[in-house]
Order: sequence, then C-alpha cells, then structure tokens
Amino acid sequence: MSEPVLEVRKLRVDYGLGDEAVHAVRDVDLTLHRGEVLGLAGESGSGKSTLAYGLTRLLPPPGVVSGGQVVYHPLDGLPVDVLTLTPAKLRQFRWAETSIVFQGAMNSLNPVHRVSTQLLDVIKAHEPRSTAAGRLARARELLRLVGISADRLDSYPHQLSGGMRQRVMIAMALALEPQVVIMDEPTTALDVVMQRQILGQLAELRQRLGFAVLFITHDLSLLVEFSDRIAIMYGGRIVEEAPAVELYRRALHPYTDGLLHSFPALRGPRRELTGIPGSPPDLRAMPSGCAFHPRCPKAFGPCDKELPPLGPPGDDRPGRAVACWLHPAAEPVPR
Amino acid sequence: MKFLLQRIAFYLFTAWAAITLNFFIPRMIPGDPVQALISRNQGRISADAIQSLRVLFGLDKNQSLAEQYVDYWTQLLHGDLGLSFTFFPTPVSTVIGDSLPWTVGLVGITTIVSFLLGTALGVGAGWRRGSWIDALLPATTFLSSIPYFWLGLVAIALFAGPGSFFPSSGGYEPGLVPAFDQYFIPSAIRHSILPAATILVSSMSGWLLSMRNMMVTVSSEDYITVAHAKGLSERRVALSYAARNALLPNVSGFALSLGFIVGGTLLVEIVFSYPGLGFQLFQAVGYKDYPLMQGIFLIITISVLVANLIADVAYLLLDPRTRKSG
Repeated sequence: MSEPVLEVRKLRVDYGLGDEAVHAVRDVDLTLHRGEVLGLAGESGSGKSTLAYGLTRLLPPPGVVSGGQVVYHPLDGLPVDVLTLTPAKLRQFRWAETSIVFQGAMNSLNPVHRVSTQLLDVIKAHEPRSTAAGRLARARELLRLVGISADRLDSYPHQLSGGMRQRVMIAMALALEPQVVIMDEPTTALDVVMQRQILGQLAELRQRLGFAVLFITHDLSLLVEFSDRIAIMYGGRIVEEAPAVELYRRALHPYTDGLLHSFPALRGPRRELTGIPGSPPDLRAMPSGCAFHPRCPKAFGPCDKELPPLGPPGDDRPGRAVACWLHPAAEPVPR
Repeated sequence: MKFLLQRIAFYLFTAWAAITLNFFIPRMIPGDPVQALISRNQGRISADAIQSLRVLFGLDKNQSLAEQYVDYWTQLLHGDLGLSFTFFPTPVSTVIGDSLPWTVGLVGITTIVSFLLGTALGVGAGWRRGSWIDALLPATTFLSSIPYFWLGLVAIALFAGPGSFFPSSGGYEPGLVPAFDQYFIPSAIRHSILPAATILVSSMSGWLLSMRNMMVTVSSEDYITVAHAKGLSERRVALSYAARNALLPNVSGFALSLGFIVGGTLLVEIVFSYPGLGFQLFQAVGYKDYPLMQGIFLIITISVLVANLIADVAYLLLDPRTRKSG
C-alpha cells in the first residue's frame, strides 16, 4: 500500500461545549493513502459528515473539534497538522491541497455569479500570479474534463441542470489539482443514471490525475463498487475497516452485515433483505459498552460493559480492522 | 426587453388609475375653497366678494364632473396643473417646483445615507454575529418603532429653543434669499440637521435589521461553506458571496422607498415647518386647494411608479435568475 496522504488521529468533534456537549465524532483514526478511494459509510447521524467538516475545519458553530490531529502529507515538504494551521495558512491549504464536493449539488454554486467567475476566483485566490488568459484557459480545460462544453462558462447556475451543476463542482474541486478530494454524498441529490455517469467520470479522472478520494455516503452498495477500502461508522466511531471486496464478501461487524443486507444484490443468489432493527443511537445518551449492542442480534457477555477496541481481527486478514467482541483483537492494539 | 415593455404598460395603466382617483378624491371632500376663505376671515366677506372669488377660482361654471374630468386631462397633457388657491395666482407647477428641491434634498439624501449606512452596518452585524453592532440592535429597533414626527417633537424639545444652534422650524434663516452663496447654504444645512437626523435615526435601523437577518440566512447557505472551503479571503466571501445575495431584497425595498421620498415624510416636514412638498400638501388640504393637492398627488404617484420601475430594473440587473432567457 502506498504512503499516507491524510491521517486522522483520535479526532473528536463535539457539538456544544462543556457537560452539555454532544460527542458526534469519537476518537476516530483514519488513514487515506495516496491515490486511493476510501469509502466512509454509515446511517444518518453516525458522524460521517461531521468528520468531513471537522477535518477541514469547516464546522459551523456550535461544532467544535475537541481533540486529535489531522496530519496532511504534502507531495514535497513536511507533514502539517491541519488543525493547528493559522487562518492564512489554512486558506492556502484549502482547495489547493484538499478540496470538497458537497452534498447539495443544487446550492453549492453562488446563484448571482456566472460559472466562470466562481471557477476563476478560486484559481486567482491561490495563484495570484497567474494571468487572466491562463486562468480562463484552465477553466475551459476543467469543464471539458467533466464533459461540459466551454461555452457554459458564461452560464448562471440556474441555467444548468442538477447533474451539470455537480459536474461543475467536481471541475472546481479539481481546479488546483489537490491531493485529496473529499466527497460528501456528492450524488445523493441526483437520479441514478446521472449518479452512474458522474461516478464513472470521477473514477476515470482519478486514474488520470491520481488524487485520493474520501467518499462519504450512506449508500454502501455504491461504495462496494467504487472504492478501494471502506470504513463503517456507527455512533461517531469507526467500527469496521476493510478492503471493499473483502468487506462485501465477509463482513465481520454485525452492523456492517446489517447494512449489507439492507440492499438487494442484482446478480447471484437471492439474499433476504433484513435491514437493521431499531434506530441509530441517541448521541446524547450513548449505550454503555459497544454502542451497537442494543440493536445487535449477536450481543453477548461483554458487549454492554466494555467498549471493543478497533483492531485487526483474530484470523490473519491483512488490512482489516474491526471493533467487535465477536472478533477480539489478535494482540492488544498499541494505543 | 419584452418583460420591460410589459412592466411599462402596466405602470401606464396604474398611472391612469391613480390620476383618475387624484381627480375625484379631492372633490369628495365637503366644502370648497371659497367656504374655506370665508371661514378663515370669520365670515367678514361680503356677498359680492364671495361671488367674485367664485368667478376667480373658476367655480362658477357649474360644470359636470365628467366635463371637469376631460378638462383636467387636457390641461394635464399640456403640463398645466392649474393655479393654486392658497398662493393665488401662482401656478401649481411653480409652487411644486419651489418646494420639491427642499423635500428631495432633505429626504432624498437622508434616505440614501440611511440605506447605505444601515446596509453596511447590517452586513457587518450579520457576518460577525455577536459583535458590538449586535448590542446596538435593540436600541435601533426601539428607535425605529417610534414615529418620525414624535421623534421630531422630542428633538425640538431637547435641542431647539432660544439661543440654540439648531433652529426649530423653517428651511433657512428668514430674510435670506435662496441662492447658492455662502450665507444661504450654511443656513439651509443648519436647518436640515434636526429633521435629517430624525429621519435617519428612525429609518436606518430598518435597513440594518433586514440586512443583518438576510446575512444570517445567507451565511448558512451551501455556497458560503463552499466559498470558505475554496480558501477565498474572508472579505471576498463576505462581500461577493454573502452580501451580494443578501442585498437583493434590500435593493428592491430601497427602490420603493425612493418613491416615498417625495411624499413620505409629511409629518416631519409639518413638525419642522420645513418648506417641502409635504408641508405644502398639508397647507393645501387645510385650504381645500384642489389644484395644488392634485398636483402634489400627481408628483407622488409618478415618483412611486418610477421607483417601482427602478426596483424592477434593479432586480433584473442584480439577480440573473429573474432574467428571462433570449
């Protein structure tokens, strides 16, 4: 596996301060390697979007990052902790190193400015010495990259369809050739045909440009197909992490298993759709022990008492980690 | 273009309706100018004098309303608004021409200043919630809920009086001849400070509050988060992304308020006896001066309609979504 580009270490994100604070992300460790697609899945409220906002420091108040590190490894130069960057350095870091495609394809573009204005201002902000003609040429090139004709530069956002807007956003995300692109449910608002087109295009662009993707969605079926590795989040923690194919073939955590049985397979033997009984945990009053135990069909002895650590499972499977007492860590995880 | 023509046609129709109402409403007020003169002189006018007054004012012809209406339009289209009864025999157009600059000068400038200042403060308050401007909000809201004229009375009671710098009434020192010279201009400015401050204080907070609230609403839009994520400077995000969108409702409000410059602050002008159009209208009503009333209403109507048209055009220019393609 290639070297890491973005390392999240023990990240904690709270909403609110003091005793009233709700812990939305709890001690999350996550590593994104250069050029890979890491999928992050979980139900609504599992903290996946909060994690994305937290690691880019875009959390709207009352969200607060209350601990941890986000280490970014630039192509050349020393690793930096994003969380301790000064505002000026942070502005430089944003978009140039890590860009984001947001959930709301419809509202991500400023309605009163032309597409060109919004594509050009980000290039100008980060490369003040570029010429106007150079920037324009880049903007045209970017639109062509996502399959939109260059004359759309003069359009206003309301003149574009939802799919085109999201492709403009993807073009914008690639404008500065960042190492990391975070995608927060980028295709949720689009129909399935458009989803497919955009994801296909994205995979192709990634091959060509070699950026790494942190792909956040609640649609596990999408991830299985599209990503290299998948991390599953539940109640603000990562509960399982594995290469996509292995996760699909054999999920270790009962929650992952539940997620996989929540959508039908198109080919192969029919499986029963079971879903997961119960509802996601209340972040204000988390169950003791493993947060999933009240909904878990396989809960036993230690589940409601002790929190299972995230670690490699007992059997020898490289690159896997799970936090479940059914699969206790082979050796104590160094923490 | 088609849209604009449609709007203009609509406004022409509205203008016709308003002018027609202008014609009829003063005639529904009981009494006539001669009776008003009689009562002003406490009945000490001879019957002959009354008759000659009627002839003089053109009230002896016993025309039907319909005939008067046709005459009114003919005159109007010739730019003739008739003679004022109050300032007889000055033409109404002259009376309006004399008082219009006072109103436009006082209310026009204060409206623009209040809009610019209120909007700028609103942008600041909405962008940095919890700053010192937010602490001002309750006070400004309180001030804006006080009617202009009452604030004016309080201002006169507090600041004006014998020997005070601020005069309590008029538009300039009596005895000065209106001219652009070193005596008249300072005097005019000195007389306008209190009424202007009154209007400014009570109208500014409206702009401030609406701009602040729009800023807060817009700040939570996705494209603002995107703008932050793009690493744009704080200034560019605040102005080009947030304020630019938050401004839209305020601009149409501003264009509309331009229409009320001419007649909107009647009470302030009355309180300060300011020689503007509102004060003139007040006097015209007192003397049953139909031609002057009609003339002033006409000016107010036209300015409101023009302001509406400006609002439409401004919105077209500022918000691409309202532009029809093609």
